[in-house]
Amino acid sequence: MADNAVRSGARQRPLSPHLQIYRWSPTMMTSIVHRATGVGLSIGLAGLAWWLMALASGPDAYATFGDLVFTWIGQFFVFGFVWSLCYHLLNGVRHLAWDFGYGFAPRFANRLSVAIIILSIVLAGGFYLDGLFLFGGT
Amino acid sequence: MAYHTPLSQVEGLGSAHSGVEHFWRQRVSAAALVPLSCWLGFSMLNLVGASRDQVLAFLHAPVSAVLMVLFVIASVVHMQLGVQVVIEDYVHHDGKKIILLVLNKAFAWAVAAASLFAMYRIAL
Repeated sequence: MADNAVRSGARQRPLSPHLQIYRWSPTMMTSIVHRATGVGLSIGLAGLAWWLMALASGPDAYATFGDLVFTWIGQFFVFGFVWSLCYHLLNGVRHLAWDFGYGFAPRFANRLSVAIIILSIVLAGGFYLDGLFLFGGT
Repeated sequence: MAYHTPLSQVEGLGSAHSGVEHFWRQRVSAAALVPLSCWLGFSMLNLVGASRDQVLAFLHAPVSAVLMVLFVIASVVHMQLGVQVVIEDYVHHDGKKIILLVLNKAFAWAVAAASLFAMYRIAL
């Protein structure tokens, strides 16, 4: 932004305070994590497309995809995808409630932020472990 | 409002050079994704440990095929809109911004095309 302003000869205007000026709060964290998980989920969607393409391509392609999923880095992506989806979904519903004007009281918003972070981890852990146990059984 | 030219008032377009379509599309796709994501989550859980044939049979069934196609469309739309905002917020150089916005659209189309073509092959 500064570069553009200098180049176009615009006036140097005051900037709004940067992030590190503010006291840390749970709502700040949930806002940042909502963005991060959103960007992360776009990688997840590419993964979903890959899975569907492998499925449609044939047994060999599907087996190759399966092998990659069971590497530790594959599992990292699987858990990341599951948790991001849980978090983005829970916090997304809160965003929709905000659009209708509900949930802005600071105390409530902070408590719900903490609750959403904990709940998303519990939910994702449940999904992930449930999946692992089922894998073990077959 | 005093700073608006008469033309910009008629167009109703702000500094983003577009109206409220982006806002609404993002909200409506989000609302659609609430039930669709829940469906996908629980379907995936049921498919854990399934063989390729079992997964194919699941996605071949009309209801799950339609729901998967809807999930792909809604989530690709939502993804494109969301990442666009992130780019517009953090990239201030016009040239880089335009390139990234075009790449974002290309990525969304590629993911949609791959997923939907695969679903076409699986479901039909």
